[in-house]
Amino acid sequence: MRVPCPHCGERDVAEFRYGGDASKMRPTHDTGDLKQWHDYKFVFDNPKGPHLEYWQHVYGCRQWFKLNRNTATNEIIGGEK
Amino acid sequence: MTAFKRIDKQSHIDRTKLISFQFDGKMTNGFAGDTLASALLANGKTLLGRSFKYHRPRGIIGAGIEEPNALFTTGIGGRTEPNTISTTAELKSGITAKSQNAWPSLNFDLMAVNQLLSPLFGAGFYYKTFMGPFKKSWMMYEPIIRKAAGLGAALPDLDTARYDMRYMFCDVLVIGSGPAGLAAAVTAARTGARVVLAEQDFEFGGSILSSGSEELERWRKTQIAELEKSSEVRLLKRTTAQGIYDDNLVVLNHTPESHSALMITEQLRARTIIMATGAIERPLVFANNDRPGVMLASALRTYLNRFSVAPKKRAVIVTNNDSAYATAFDLAEHDVAVTVAEHRSALSGDLLAKAAQLGIAIFPSCGISDVVGEKQMRAVRLSGRHAVTIECDVLGMSGGWSPAVHLTSHGGIKPKFDEKIAAFIPGGFAKSHFGAGAVKGTFGLLAAIREGEVAARAALPECKKIKELDLPAIREDRKYSIQPIWNAAEKANEKYAFVDFQNDVTVKDIRGAHQEGYLSVEHLKRYTTLGMGTDQGKTSNINALAMMADLRGLAMSQAGTTTFRPPYSPITVGAIAGRTVAAHFRPKRLSPLHDWHVNNGATFIEAGLWMRAWYYNWAGNTPEAAYIKEMELVRQNVGIADVSTLGKIDVQGPDAAEFLNRVYVNGFAKLPVGRARYGVMLNDDGVVLDDGTTSRINDTQFYMTTTTAQAGEVMSWLEYLLQMHWTDLDVHVTSLTDQWGGMAVSGPNSRRALQLAFPEIDITNEALPYLGVMDFKFEGVGVRVLRLSFSGELAYEVHCSADYTTALWEHILNAAAPLGIKPYGLEALASLRIEKGHVAGADLDHRNTLDDLGLGKMAGKDKAYIGKELRFREDCQAPERWSLVGIECMEDGAKLRGGAILFAATDEIKGHGRGYITSVTWSTELNKYIALALYNGGMKHEGKEIICAFPLKNENVKARIVSPHFIDKQGERLHA
Ligand SMILES: [Zn+2]
Repeated sequence: MRVPCPHCGERDVAEFRYGGDASKMRPTHDTGDLKQWHDYKFVFDNPKGPHLEYWQHVYGCRQWFKLNRNTATNEIIGGEK
Repeated sequence: MTAFKRIDKQSHIDRTKLISFQFDGKMTNGFAGDTLASALLANGKTLLGRSFKYHRPRGIIGAGIEEPNALFTTGIGGRTEPNTISTTAELKSGITAKSQNAWPSLNFDLMAVNQLLSPLFGAGFYYKTFMGPFKKSWMMYEPIIRKAAGLGAALPDLDTARYDMRYMFCDVLVIGSGPAGLAAAVTAARTGARVVLAEQDFEFGGSILSSGSEELERWRKTQIAELEKSSEVRLLKRTTAQGIYDDNLVVLNHTPESHSALMITEQLRARTIIMATGAIERPLVFANNDRPGVMLASALRTYLNRFSVAPKKRAVIVTNNDSAYATAFDLAEHDVAVTVAEHRSALSGDLLAKAAQLGIAIFPSCGISDVVGEKQMRAVRLSGRHAVTIECDVLGMSGGWSPAVHLTSHGGIKPKFDEKIAAFIPGGFAKSHFGAGAVKGTFGLLAAIREGEVAARAALPECKKIKELDLPAIREDRKYSIQPIWNAAEKANEKYAFVDFQNDVTVKDIRGAHQEGYLSVEHLKRYTTLGMGTDQGKTSNINALAMMADLRGLAMSQAGTTTFRPPYSPITVGAIAGRTVAAHFRPKRLSPLHDWHVNNGATFIEAGLWMRAWYYNWAGNTPEAAYIKEMELVRQNVGIADVSTLGKIDVQGPDAAEFLNRVYVNGFAKLPVGRARYGVMLNDDGVVLDDGTTSRINDTQFYMTTTTAQAGEVMSWLEYLLQMHWTDLDVHVTSLTDQWGGMAVSGPNSRRALQLAFPEIDITNEALPYLGVMDFKFEGVGVRVLRLSFSGELAYEVHCSADYTTALWEHILNAAAPLGIKPYGLEALASLRIEKGHVAGADLDHRNTLDDLGLGKMAGKDKAYIGKELRFREDCQAPERWSLVGIECMEDGAKLRGGAILFAATDEIKGHGRGYITSVTWSTELNKYIALALYNGGMKHEGKEIICAFPLKNENVKARIVSPHFIDKQGERLHA
């Protein structure tokens, strides 16, 4: 699998780390709301198909970015910084 | 009696180069260009092995990668390789080949009694024994079965061969160099594209090599010559494409000609892939079709035309399709008497005419009823109306052709059944994949060439302008015709009619699977072990699937195939590992002080990727002796330890204080400049991520340290927060872990040691109090001194650029030599911190909460921090959580051990217990073993007696739960 780093371009997946689901908004830092954090941290969809996720170019520029990847085919549908 | 002979015929062997090799201890000769199989046949060897389950005599069946039987253990110079496929193994001088699966010898095989026991070993024996109600019986039978069956054995010794791995790119990868592959490669090469041509054989040409045609040979050589002149083309013989993965990553196994490495695994990124992988001939299924001398018809043609090896006098061909006539005609033209048993009732006129002209008798509407002869076939009995017996040396069988669709379906595209050719063809091709020739079910030679050219043009749309390919001057392709015959065995003989020759699966076994309800293709496979051998059923799968479909009354298209998975052919494990073995299995990280440790008597221990100084020989020659001396040094005087492996992160920016205040559970917003603070971080889920000390260098700059183990994780986490979430914070983080080195100077005399080292600097208790930080220059080099203690003693950490760490270390050692300063290693470092009750990697199991570690009071009540909300969820607050406790041993002479399972004194010693010991040491202060542990309910149980069970050594040791802070509970030493 090849991953397009927004900074360095397309590189082998071995240079990256996966950072989980990026489709949800992180609750504000001082919300204090257990339910909001619970849903954010523990309740996920497990879609077969397009999935917005976090990736980091750990063995490159160390940039984090969001990537829309098809979980069934590993096709990269698009990325956003 | 020999069935084959070498004939005087021009072919691809080089008779000027004689090659000697050993087969079962006897010196044997062949020629350059031979395979091991062709050389053995030329020497009249047909009995070459015994079968897997029944130990039936077996010979060579095929002439390529599909061979199920003629597998040998081969070796050169002491190193051996089991299950070498003799039909693809290039003959090399000095090679030794041993037949497998026969004991004590091929001709006299004691295990052949298995044949008498065959009802026991029938299909489902393994399955039922393993899955059935008596699981223990499998444990009993398994070793016996493995010894009796088993293919070649791998050596127990270390594989000393060298393997390599390489990473390459290309525009077009052409897999297979038959007519279609050559045409595709030449067309692609003419565009100037970067082309790789991968061929599993040691010659390019595929089926052309077996054709015996001079014109095709001329065409083949012309194409190869053109490819060799193209600078952008890489020609890879002896290279098997094992699998195709995401984004066109293709794994190739390449055996190089020179001995730089035994095998090179290539990970090739191909922009486009053209699959020209050809087709594999299917056997026909009839009684005793496994006797030595019964072979694939196409294999007979290959041995004749490529290796000049022909049946001695007479061959019978049995077929249901036109392709076998090429073999019949070529054999007849080389003075072999040929008879054809033809399953079909009618045949096209051109074949009949040619057969008549060559004196070939054809028996229509009949097959083989039985094969006569055991260790070498002597005759066949025809079935049907012509039930005659024909004496012959060999029987060539052709049940049609199965396209080698394996690679086309690695990406998940299932093959589909094509009725016209009675075979599975690719169900389609991924966007950048193309196919050409027999793999698509195109069996004509000129058609294959044309498809190869078309595929290359499709793969490279820019290649419109290039010259068209020259075609060989041969007759137009004949139309291919086949009448599928999946099972030609007479009912009474089904238990001798073999479908899978490697795993000894017969028609009867397939019928049995059906009767017992193992109907789906995947169940059939697991029940009978069909297709589960090293050949992965290349000759057997389709026949078996068709038989099952027939029993179920399904069309082939409904029955489907099993899933094709990489690798296409067996791979030596070493080739997968490449160079990543032994010390190269993973990278090794070295402290900047590593060489000093090496030169000064350190013994090392791996800690994660790091090589760390474990203990020094000044203190003793065993870790047990040395660490106690080193601990005493620190408790009583002063020692110095390498702490360069700590994670070190520079945090800078106007919002740095706010950032750290969010990340740590305790407050950092108001940390004064020149002060350090111990901090703990949680994950979002409220579980402890890491701890460490962070100090404020100036208003906008902090120096963070992390544990050695979590350094990378913490760095990534901080970057994630800053880049993806808190983009409004103006902060930058930079890892200094490799750029900076550090040392701990610990012990009651540590201040005196530093005063001796830095006489110009004021490091009195007033100038540098506990948790104070100071930067200064020493001989022009920036030095950072932090008054921190891991050991519980008065102690400092001294950090500086990695380039100067050794110089600084040596300077302190020299300057403080009058005090008796000495180095101490990781074992003592860890023991000192256990006595002090500092948690570290072993105690942090990524499940602990702050409260589990007794650190709950640290967290700010009125500030927000990561993990605050989920830290208070119900589970994390449960009273019976496994929490940190101290343990002291109550038995003289007994030992506490890391990993020991903890029980209450009244518990039965059984099961998982109430907790376990995470860190353990001998305490030089308390003169007993002490430990840190996680225990159900934690310090609630302080003072209670427990049992530390260590079943591996049958030990149950009495101990007591105590405070994890074993020494200096008031912290007086720290502030001294
Ligand atoms: Zn990058």
